[in-house]
Amino acid sequence: MTIKEVLQQIKVSSARSVVEKALADAKEVADYNALLSLTEERALARADEVDKGKITGRLAGVPYVIKDNFLAFGGPSTAASHMLEFFDTPLQATSVEKLEAEGAICIGKANLDAFAHGGSTENSAFGPTKNAYDKSCVAGGSSGGSAVITALGVVPFALGSDTGGSIRQPASYNGVVGVKPTYGTVSRYGVVAMASSTDTIGPITSNVEDAELLMSIMSGLDKRDMTTLPDFFEILPDAMPSQKIGLVKDFMSEHVDSEVRARVNEYIEKLKAAGHTIEEVSLPMAEYALAMYYIIVPAELSSNLARYDGIRYGHQAEGAKTLAELYGRTRGQGFEAENKRRIMIGSYVLSSGFFDAYYLQAQKARTLLIHEFNKLFEQYDCLIGPVAPSTAFKLGENVADPIKMYLEDIMTVPASLAGLPSISVPAGKSSAGMPVGVQIIGPMKSDASLLALARSMESK
Amino acid sequence: MITDEILAKYEMTIGVECHVQLATKTKLFSGVDNDARDKEPNSVVSPIDYALPGMLPVLNRRAVDLAIKAGKALGSKVANISRFDRKHYFYPDLPKGYQTTQMYQPIILSGTVEVPLEDGSTTNVRIHHAHLEEDAGKLSHHGDYSLVDLNRAGTPLIEIVSEPDMHSATEAKAYAAELYRLMTFAGVTYGDLYHGNMRFDVNVSVALKGADKLGIRTETKNLNSFRSVERAVEYEFRRQVELVEKGERIIQETRGWDEAKQKTTSQRSKENAQDYRYMPDADIPPIILSDQEIAEIQADMPKLPGEWRNILSSLDLSYQAVETLLDAENEFRGKIEFLNTIKSIIDDGDYEKAKFIANWQINILIPMLRDEAFVFGKVNHLELEATIYELVKSEKLSSTNAKQLFKDLISADSLPNIEKFAEDKGYIQVSDEGAMVAIIDEVLNDPISVKAVADFKSGNEKVIGFLVGQVMKKSGGKANPGLAQKLLKERM
Repeated sequence: MTIKEVLQQIKVSSARSVVEKALADAKEVADYNALLSLTEERALARADEVDKGKITGRLAGVPYVIKDNFLAFGGPSTAASHMLEFFDTPLQATSVEKLEAEGAICIGKANLDAFAHGGSTENSAFGPTKNAYDKSCVAGGSSGGSAVITALGVVPFALGSDTGGSIRQPASYNGVVGVKPTYGTVSRYGVVAMASSTDTIGPITSNVEDAELLMSIMSGLDKRDMTTLPDFFEILPDAMPSQKIGLVKDFMSEHVDSEVRARVNEYIEKLKAAGHTIEEVSLPMAEYALAMYYIIVPAELSSNLARYDGIRYGHQAEGAKTLAELYGRTRGQGFEAENKRRIMIGSYVLSSGFFDAYYLQAQKARTLLIHEFNKLFEQYDCLIGPVAPSTAFKLGENVADPIKMYLEDIMTVPASLAGLPSISVPAGKSSAGMPVGVQIIGPMKSDASLLALARSMESK
Repeated sequence: MITDEILAKYEMTIGVECHVQLATKTKLFSGVDNDARDKEPNSVVSPIDYALPGMLPVLNRRAVDLAIKAGKALGSKVANISRFDRKHYFYPDLPKGYQTTQMYQPIILSGTVEVPLEDGSTTNVRIHHAHLEEDAGKLSHHGDYSLVDLNRAGTPLIEIVSEPDMHSATEAKAYAAELYRLMTFAGVTYGDLYHGNMRFDVNVSVALKGADKLGIRTETKNLNSFRSVERAVEYEFRRQVELVEKGERIIQETRGWDEAKQKTTSQRSKENAQDYRYMPDADIPPIILSDQEIAEIQADMPKLPGEWRNILSSLDLSYQAVETLLDAENEFRGKIEFLNTIKSIIDDGDYEKAKFIANWQINILIPMLRDEAFVFGKVNHLELEATIYELVKSEKLSSTNAKQLFKDLISADSLPNIEKFAEDKGYIQVSDEGAMVAIIDEVLNDPISVKAVADFKSGNEKVIGFLVGQVMKKSGGKANPGLAQKLLKERM
């Protein structure tokens, strides 16, 4: 389902009927556990406003879903955690405000790994989301709910956040388009912070054109987020012809599922047929990217999660007799096991005596990785490879082995650490019928160019 | 008992950390009112200060400008690149679970402050660095529960860290007082000490004089007056010497100052020190300042205390007189200007008048301003003072009458013809020799003067005072006493 189709339906019927249908469809697919709450009352009220002409814009009446780590009205903003289970926000994220200013209507909040810590949505405090193509498989994550609800056609798009692959990987597992923009393209204001230096906001859509429209709406400077960039995103009419594209061979090793490699190779053949040149390139630092990522990101999130202390809002443990007990119990009850694991890793690598050996060392390695990317982009317009080593795995398969779970991120974290734009687009299915995604990574601010290239390949 | 002889064997070493609250309208990272004084608890708190999920800091550029000015006042270099870091600890007055501060790359780098001492000498205190950071909120304890007020959370501070360059309580106090003058003159802070606008932490250690190693230091925190800085340092010196003399170990610890008991008390030892897990704050881009930008901001600054001391040195005033003027300038800032007034007279080259006016401010005007019972009118005090100066200089007005005339007119709303007013009031002294001679002859011929005249002639010059008094009496207080004395001597 595309935005254009929905706008057409609104034209011939009404925003109310379209929103009512989306809400009904959402209830129909409740067994996927893609949504944590429906914002029914507010959605219908807004739909009526659209029908009365009081709300207008490029998305007037279009229903969508928000990953539940965005502050948004209509229901609690939970981050899929017990910590914020009943948190009603007094304000909305900048990205949500921008979509609403164009008339978009949020119908529900999507499931995720609690506080976006994870790659399967199994770390949600409210149960895992199931894959849109096979309910016995994971949705991917952490934006699993957003990807599944879009893939199921309940809404044309959903909002997600991507810190190390959280938009791209679930998009890949569910056969939809996911955009992780250049760091700073879309404001992070109002999104529950995970890792300040790699958090990005982007859309999950059923086609590239919709992703481009949404990016053009959401991007731009926000005086409430000092890390935002002046608006550079402009939809390109056509893809640049005869691009020189690097296939990252480090992402195509035998550890990667052969069917995934096959789909990527087929995509490459189509690129060649369209007049582009493909060459194998090497990104040796990629091997260390996961190690850097699992030092830097836990360090930053251990800091960003320090505010959840039970004093001002959110969960507060009962019966604590001392301040230390209040903190300990509140955080013990409010966080999931994976949250605690990452907070502990982060606290450890930041502690006195270890900071230099871990955190600083990881930041130095990160600089080397960025240099490697920059060098490649002197010669290549963009890079290509798979999104993840396999298609969606079975629910529960990796739960007992966090390291194996972390390996799922191995191809998505390099672009995150380097702040580069990276998109995930469908590249066919495995023999078992599970979607495979291809990842295209470009230099800073090449977001529109990557999307134009992906759009040009969609019909092929 | 520790005697002065024992104390004299030891030397103390003092370093001072000073928190200065910046005079910005809004907080360091949010747009709400920075003035928490007398406000309802939690009434000036933004979602950022409250640390709601998803909130991000927005750096207040005014705070950066003030730090640049503070850099100049501290005789220190301002960094071209500085960054913010996070200092983590859990406490209910710290909403984010970390304080945003500058650990690794502070905005103000090393420098030197010249501190004037009461004996007229100066001592140099090196600045290690100074950094920008946010204040925490406030807790109040009520029996079995505590309340949090976040009004002060996010207030911009600079923390000035000195090198351990001071060796007496007097020096520590003088340094604290000089920091206060520097920061207020530079416009960096309002300097409201009562509301904690400047707070001092003193690090004190003792060692035998000539020892090549410093002793273990203690840090006494949150002193909010220069006097308490002096007292706390004195107390720590004595306490530590006593421990050393008894052969006991000094514990590296944080101590508090008990104002009522005038003593320091142990708060937390280093063994219990927290690991703050410092890390760079990725939400705030680095502060990048070009030399030109820094120079432009520093060029647009009022004169600092050192410059004023140089200007005033041409008047040969006492240390105390100069400091009185500097302190009054602060105290009455926005109401009355002392220093520029004096400077403009100096600039005209009239040093005598400048010194007269300076002393007038110090001895007459400032005490009157501090006397809350005194009501000022709308008259221009300078115009009045200038006329008084001329009358005194031409010997038409005695210093006693000059004061009286000033008191009479400063509470008025407009100035009359001052000399005529003084004449009508009978303040103008007779300096006309002809008129004076008549009065003097009358006095000398008065039987009451016979003994005095005889004494004078036999060499007792002291009695001249009695005779001058008689002249004053006869003239109704209008005679110029100097002239009377001269003429009396001549006529005898």
